[in-house]
Amino acid sequence: MWGFLKRPVVVTADINLSLVALTGMGLLSRLWRLTYPRAVVFDEVYYGQYISFYMKQIFFLDDSGPPFGHMVLALGGGFDGNFLWNRIGAEYSSNVPVWSLRLLPALAGALSVPMAYQIVLELHFSHCAAMGAALLMLIENALITQSRLMLLESVLIFFNLLAVLSYLKFFNCQKHSPFSLSWWFWLTLTGVACSCAVGIKYMGVFTYVLVLGVAAVHAWHLLGDQTLSNVGADVQCCMRPACMGQMQMSQGVCVFCHLLARAVALLVIPVVLYLLFFYVHLILVFRSGPHDQIMSSAFQASLEGGLARITQGQPLEVAFGSQVTLRNVFGKPVPCWLHSHQDTYPMIYENGRGSSHQQQVTCYPFKDVNNWWIVKDPRRHQLVVSSPPRPVRHGDMVQLVHGMTTRSLNTHDVAAPLSPHSQEVSCYIDYNISMPAQNLWRLEIVNRGSDTDVWKTILSEVRFVHVNTSAVLKLSGAHLPDWGYRQLEIVGEKLSRGYHGSTVWNVEEHRYGASQEQRERERELHSPAQVDVSRNLSFMARFSELQWRMLALRSDDSEHKYSSSPLEWVTLDTNIAYWLHPRTSAQIHLLGNIVIWVSGSLALAIYALLSLWYLLRRRRNVHDLPQDAWLRWVLAGALCAGGWAVNYLPFFLMEKTLFLYHYLPALTFQILLLPVVLQHISDHLCRSQLQRSIFSALVVAWYSSACHVSNTLRPLTYGDKSLSPHELKALRWKDSWDILIRKH
Amino acid sequence: MPPATGGGLAESELRPRRGRCGPQAARAAGRDVAAEAVARSPKRPAWGSRRFEAVGWWALLALVTLLSFATRFHRLDEPPHICWDETHFGKMGSYYINRTFFFDVHPPLGKMLIGLAGYLSGYDGTFLFQKPGDKYEHHSYMGMRGFCAFLGSWLVPFAYLTVLDLSKSLSAALLTAALLTFDTGCLTLSQYILLDPILMFFIMAAMLSMVKYNSCADRPFSAPWWFWLSLTGVSLAGALGVKFVGLFIILQVGLNTIADLWYLFGDLSLSLVTVGKHLTARVLCLIVLPLALYTATFAVHFMVLSKSGPGDGFFSSAFQARLSGNNLHNASIPEHLAYGSVITVKNLRMAIGYLHSHRHLYPEGIGARQQQVTTYLHKDYNNLWIIKKHNTNSDPLDPSFPVEFVRHGDIIRLEHKECPLKKIWRWEQKETSRNLHSHYHEAPMTRKHYQVTGYGINGTGDSNDFWRIEVVNRKFGNRIKVLRSRIRFIHLVTGCVLGSSGKVLPKWGWEQLEVTCTPYLKETLNSIWNVEDHINPKLPNISLDVLQPSFPEILLESHMVMIRGNSGLKPKDNEFTSKPWHWPINYQGLRFSGVNDTDFRVYLLGNPVVWWLNLLSIALYLLSGSIIAVAMQRGARLPAEVAGLSQVLLRGGGQVLLGWTLHYFPFFLMGRVLYFHHYFPAMLFSSMLTGILWDTLLRLCAWGLASWPLARGIHVAGILSLLLGTAYSFYLFHPLAYGMVGPLAQDPQSPMAGLRWLDSWDF
Repeated sequence: MWGFLKRPVVVTADINLSLVALTGMGLLSRLWRLTYPRAVVFDEVYYGQYISFYMKQIFFLDDSGPPFGHMVLALGGGFDGNFLWNRIGAEYSSNVPVWSLRLLPALAGALSVPMAYQIVLELHFSHCAAMGAALLMLIENALITQSRLMLLESVLIFFNLLAVLSYLKFFNCQKHSPFSLSWWFWLTLTGVACSCAVGIKYMGVFTYVLVLGVAAVHAWHLLGDQTLSNVGADVQCCMRPACMGQMQMSQGVCVFCHLLARAVALLVIPVVLYLLFFYVHLILVFRSGPHDQIMSSAFQASLEGGLARITQGQPLEVAFGSQVTLRNVFGKPVPCWLHSHQDTYPMIYENGRGSSHQQQVTCYPFKDVNNWWIVKDPRRHQLVVSSPPRPVRHGDMVQLVHGMTTRSLNTHDVAAPLSPHSQEVSCYIDYNISMPAQNLWRLEIVNRGSDTDVWKTILSEVRFVHVNTSAVLKLSGAHLPDWGYRQLEIVGEKLSRGYHGSTVWNVEEHRYGASQEQRERERELHSPAQVDVSRNLSFMARFSELQWRMLALRSDDSEHKYSSSPLEWVTLDTNIAYWLHPRTSAQIHLLGNIVIWVSGSLALAIYALLSLWYLLRRRRNVHDLPQDAWLRWVLAGALCAGGWAVNYLPFFLMEKTLFLYHYLPALTFQILLLPVVLQHISDHLCRSQLQRSIFSALVVAWYSSACHVSNTLRPLTYGDKSLSPHELKALRWKDSWDILIRKH
Repeated sequence: MPPATGGGLAESELRPRRGRCGPQAARAAGRDVAAEAVARSPKRPAWGSRRFEAVGWWALLALVTLLSFATRFHRLDEPPHICWDETHFGKMGSYYINRTFFFDVHPPLGKMLIGLAGYLSGYDGTFLFQKPGDKYEHHSYMGMRGFCAFLGSWLVPFAYLTVLDLSKSLSAALLTAALLTFDTGCLTLSQYILLDPILMFFIMAAMLSMVKYNSCADRPFSAPWWFWLSLTGVSLAGALGVKFVGLFIILQVGLNTIADLWYLFGDLSLSLVTVGKHLTARVLCLIVLPLALYTATFAVHFMVLSKSGPGDGFFSSAFQARLSGNNLHNASIPEHLAYGSVITVKNLRMAIGYLHSHRHLYPEGIGARQQQVTTYLHKDYNNLWIIKKHNTNSDPLDPSFPVEFVRHGDIIRLEHKECPLKKIWRWEQKETSRNLHSHYHEAPMTRKHYQVTGYGINGTGDSNDFWRIEVVNRKFGNRIKVLRSRIRFIHLVTGCVLGSSGKVLPKWGWEQLEVTCTPYLKETLNSIWNVEDHINPKLPNISLDVLQPSFPEILLESHMVMIRGNSGLKPKDNEFTSKPWHWPINYQGLRFSGVNDTDFRVYLLGNPVVWWLNLLSIALYLLSGSIIAVAMQRGARLPAEVAGLSQVLLRGGGQVLLGWTLHYFPFFLMGRVLYFHHYFPAMLFSSMLTGILWDTLLRLCAWGLASWPLARGIHVAGILSLLLGTAYSFYLFHPLAYGMVGPLAQDPQSPMAGLRWLDSWDF
């Protein structure tokens, strides 16, 4: 206990100076003049608005990725959110802390440099190769540009690399000290980094899948290890933290423990963390905002302000005599409410078909007094709620009376205006022409609970089935022509096939009607609803709805000037102009170091060909490489070439608009592979010392050319120097590069 | 309690027994299992003798085939009206008989076979196949239906033989055959004029011959080996020739072949030359042969369809020149574009049409109020344009001027040709010819593009009328060829490219398509055009036959058009669409015929007993397969018989599971409209898996309980009850396929009352 008195206190620290130097250089390259340009650069205009939403705690919905990414950006902080993000190139006002907002992505970009060094070392390649990887990361112009702005790719790359690095550390621990403290630490960190990567952008899933795949293969080998016991007597032992230290030997540890630990760290932890991101997100953004409309009424009601202000205190159960607004659950093409107005369907449509000439029923995307309907009991005449209220139940027959015109919702065997296969829906006007009212609807509650079948405000999703024709009230999605004021068409769907959101409705605003007279009722309809019940959605319900909407939200594939196709990325046939100085021709481009891009792709091809060659030779029992070199080669390929493949190939299947920056995660893996291949060539393919020296000289020459290219492109990376049109033209090495030249 | 105890006993007995019965059991995995099964099969009175065995084997196969044919041909003629997609495929069969050109998103083989069957059976191609429900009346339709049913009937014996080969077990094969015979879905799908029975026939034929040639692996280069190998190739060509879904079976055969070659390559007793021979044989039979056959089907397709028909508009001008009856056929026009020529300009993207303008103006509020420019799919006088030099307005047709050709990179003006016919009743303004014009106003629909208008009076406009004409991938200065050159029009002032967005204009634009000038210089077909009609009296006409595309070109073009057509089949919002996850659970069927209770109704729906058993089997297979795989990886020593059975489960079952995976999961990635019937190829594989799985599991069960006196009976009883259960469920559900009349199933009066087990089934 008093040992420290007997012996001197000695602190020995191993400091890898190259690592320190790399970190320093990384920080320097990424943080240098970070606040320049003090203007909105490219996608900052997009991410910036979400930062503002966080600062103002306003709810938003973004389909580009889970909320963790936006949260990381907002972490920069010190911002009141008051900035109008509407134009690329707009000058930041003084209240925007540009430096701190750009700091985190820049730090992530800077730290990727030493991490590349570590990864190559952990792959058991030489210090030289590791330095090479880090130096390539350091001078890659595209990575520098992307890290210096409020963008997410550098953070994503950081977590991707962290996941790979910590898995490698864990894997190397596995050989000598499983279940040691560091083993647990790296294993857990792998899971955490994976879920962070997924949380930043859905693209992170690719790296997660890669790590899972490699881990699964390793676990499978572990299963084949006969020295490990099955579910043995040691179960308690490896579960107890106290004896972790003693578990140095792999003998005696059960396979089951190994598998369980991996499953928890790589499957359970990421899921829990992912949920946590959403939990924090929903706690942070609790105010209603511009994206409310996309969400269901129940979700909107759980936000502060907005719909909640209106629906707060509404009666829960819809009763006969209730006044309601009915919102379509599907909400496409726009969220809208069942609506009717005085105008009638035109007697004859333009294509010559006839209509019933009765009152139009439409779906209207704005709040309006004409959206109010009264639920009427067909057997009684009154339009007020009796006391006590008689709730409407699943299967009940109802009539829906339009509040302002007191005509009731009707459908009949007349073709709908735009969807002739469906029935027209109208508010019935009796013209005395042998066309009787068919205004009885059967209420079906789609999501009724097992215990209760009462129609509830906001919560219940209902269908209206027409009693005479069994047609279902449906939003067809088509816009009516001018006579219908371009509102959406409502039809009676005769062949209703299964559940579809467009046939389902929910009550949004609701009050118990009290006035018998039409005049009074109109006044009542104009006044806001009252009474008191409050309800809240559980986190899981909110999470699943938000997640579902994010995945289902399909932004129409808008063409963009700088969008590109995956094939153009490998050879860097495209670039993106990020920013142009308002007066001079200083400009920032996302433009890679072409030497690195091309040699990265070459290295990949060489790796693939060499691997195929070795594989075929091994199959014929010719072992060119010693076993350990072979295993190293395979693992490096699985992670680096595999990382490239999983981060690149899926884009060929995607239909959304793609940009060059989507390639950057794949590029980092290519950069990691490059020194691996070079070292392999030098170690195994160069036969003599002379060849080896020549090869090293070539590599040095190649690296200096990469540095030269990087330096030449520097003005486009940092945007710090205004070049003359002539110099800019000289930089346009490929015809497809779009470099902005001012015409004067 | 009893089963647990029994299991426990069996477990404890495992170890001592292993040494004793190892040698006998080792044979079990081989053919002897099948022999044993035959011996124990109730239908087989004879014991041991190989001859009787062979007779029994053939008799069973004949029985299975017969039953399959009987079910498929029963009431084939009903209903005597068009059902569902017969309206498409029957119509396309008629097109072959009438030799008129049409367009479809699938390759031609299936429809060609349907047409051939119709032709041979005396159908004359006169029936219109207008819409489902139309009566056939005197038209002969049984030939086509019979042909499809004939191919559909072979699925069952094929599956039977495949499973027999994979598992060496008659009972597994019988179970598979029963599942497929008694599946109402397969039955319904085989009974009509559809592509699916043909497609599934080729898929199963490919699978069977692949399995057969795998089992010939010990006698490479023997006659049966070559036979099965080349048959695989032929079937692959057939499958791909019917629908692109055939790619999945090609993928499966490809994977199998790679694994096979990998194995051979690792066999050090084989010389590299032998391995090379193996490789060459496979390249020949599985790549060269199918490609040749596939191309041949297209050659026949283009040869047969020589008359102009409804499909012309989908194809390029050069392509249309091939079709007799088309106005480009045998036409002769000047080959190179010259100044003063009157031309029509066609967009290269499918179904966009010709550059068009008419005297109507863009309405107020939509860009500048100038004359509209659109694209129009039909041939019309308003599609005519005159190509002029940008700086002179002299009449280039003046005979005193020499002919000057338009060259790549020239600056031109396109003047709209005034319409000679309509001039008579145009009174409101003096007819003027406008120039194709663009300027910095946003386009009517695509807001990011610039508006294109007709501007100027009698050809005098401003510098916004100047366009640079460029030929894609050609050098500057080249002449521009009619039909063959792919040209772009670059607006000189704004630098944008003339293109069509493909969006339909509202009423004011007569629902023609929008033309814009896009500032994004992207290589898309939307902005590439070609010259189709070309009138220039000063130039010599040459016959278009010279310009006719070669066979590889039309092959490529028709594939591009098909692929685009396929991806164009996008589901609309607000429509109920079938999702891939609906399929294996048999969530919802398809109405083949009839809606109301008075109609003759046929409903395509899988036999729920079969389908849910299949679903359960996939889960069970994954479970048992992974247990066995983990046990083997842990180095557990399995008794020989168990090892044999698990080999069957892992290898045979694995192959079939791969087939199911390949035929099912890719649909999740597809953006096009999907239908329930897309699942049926996967369902065939799934049924084969069920057969293999249950037979193996029951055998394992019987083996585990060997001490129990009735152990062997478990297997027989299990298989029998599965067979009978399936047959009984078919008895219940057969009206779905053979037709129902009377009230709908909700009605207790209905014959189908009580069988509507899911609310989503609507029969």
